[in-house]
Amino acid sequence: MSARTYRITKVAAEVAVPILILVGWQLWTISADDPKFPKPTTILDKFQELWLFAQFGTHVVPSLERIGLGFAIAVLAGVALGVPLGLSSVARKAAMPHIEYWRAIPPPALLPISIVLLHSIGNVQKVSFIAFFCLFPVLLNTIDGVRGIEPTLIETARSYGVPWHERIARIVLPAALPQIVAGMRNSLALAVIMMVLSEYFSSTSGVGYVLLISKNTFQLVPMWAAILLIGVLGYVLNLLFILAERRVLAWHRGWRAATPQ
Amino acid sequence: MQARKALDYSIPLLSVAAALGLWELVSQTGTIVERDLPAMSTTVSELWTLVQTSSFWIAFGQTVRGWAIGLGLAAALAIPIGIALGSSPLAAAAFRVPIEFLRPIPSAALIPLLFLTLGTNIRSEIFLATFGAFWPLLVQTMYGVRDVDPLAVDTARSFGVGPLERLYRITLPSAVPYIVTGARISSTVALILAFTAELFMGIPGLGQKVNFAESFGLNEQLYALALATGFLGVAIHFAVTRVERWALRWHPSQREAVA
Repeated sequence: MSARTYRITKVAAEVAVPILILVGWQLWTISADDPKFPKPTTILDKFQELWLFAQFGTHVVPSLERIGLGFAIAVLAGVALGVPLGLSSVARKAAMPHIEYWRAIPPPALLPISIVLLHSIGNVQKVSFIAFFCLFPVLLNTIDGVRGIEPTLIETARSYGVPWHERIARIVLPAALPQIVAGMRNSLALAVIMMVLSEYFSSTSGVGYVLLISKNTFQLVPMWAAILLIGVLGYVLNLLFILAERRVLAWHRGWRAATPQ
Repeated sequence: MQARKALDYSIPLLSVAAALGLWELVSQTGTIVERDLPAMSTTVSELWTLVQTSSFWIAFGQTVRGWAIGLGLAAALAIPIGIALGSSPLAAAAFRVPIEFLRPIPSAALIPLLFLTLGTNIRSEIFLATFGAFWPLLVQTMYGVRDVDPLAVDTARSFGVGPLERLYRITLPSAVPYIVTGARISSTVALILAFTAELFMGIPGLGQKVNFAESFGLNEQLYALALATGFLGVAIHFAVTRVERWALRWHPSQREAVA
């Protein structure tokens, strides 16, 4: 097989296999004729009917707001805590047991507690829950990024009399940025999961709420459409983040090496 | 040197003690009402009562079982598939789109579907844990196999080493660091999803106990169970890190820095 035909086969496979899977799924659902497994075309119709854009404002927008706010708080707090922890080994030693504990606990274990403690099943509780668990990837990556900075750089700046806030803004943050961004990407994926979990537990709006209600009322096609919506949401948010990352980190020569995947 | 060692242990211990003290204080002084946040001493004694009951340890074991079977199944599926996709660019291209679409789906979104298909039993818990743990392991294995030094493979081939032996002697050892990283991520995911399935679907285990405590408003038990679940998470994390060190004992990343 010549290199050219091999390349063509590869592209053909990349296009054909997903189509074959979809066609196979469609044919299987037709032959099975089981209400639990509606035809993909039926799901797509429902998806279009509900989410483009009839109920977009009532349920997708609240979910996106919670993700956005929770993610933003997590990033700000993660960087604000991670820089001092990366610079000071004493602070790091003091903080590590807490970080290790809270990031090891399965998040849903804190869902009921977040409701009891915050007296809320609304945005306060949802956003706090999302922000709390999205904090850890940013925090840990910031600590690692700051620790990885060549000490000579910081020492040189210090001996030239650069004040501490300038040292952080001009040396520490830019040097740690690629790793902070890698942490942010993990956090964003986590934010979608935390949104679904928190809305699935007790809520009055959002994508997770729709999922729960359609299951409880045996509306199977809307349920599948909601699963599809959550998948698309996760996929699109990740894609947008990667595009933004390419722009923000274009100056960083080694950014590919620093952020694998 | 001795003083430094002492500091290494005393700072984390003091910090934990301070946090526990603060928790006790916040509740005792009523800054947060005792009903919303039971005092540290109350929660710990509640946990002490719990660990003396067999039903706690049965639930604990059920959660660990869901985690272990889920992680094991995920590894048994993801590692061979990852090796296949990693060593064949054609296969990787063919399945790139389906993988890229399925991977970011939050596994929790599948819970309603599991209610209706597999039902509220351990099969749903295992399915969910396996599904979640599958992806990090798959992707890491693919990267690891792709990252094998082609020169080493070609050298072995020209020495007449067969494909199976090449896989065993070259591809697998050089992919192990990636696979182990994937296993560490997957282990966390598997525990989260085993617990999630128990909490949301009422499958027996620690998650179901949390669900009961929530429904009956037993806040002290709620906090004690969350505390215990956190300890389980930490224990699994440490166990996996130990296994990781053992599996990579020959690898440069595990050499102690000389300082």
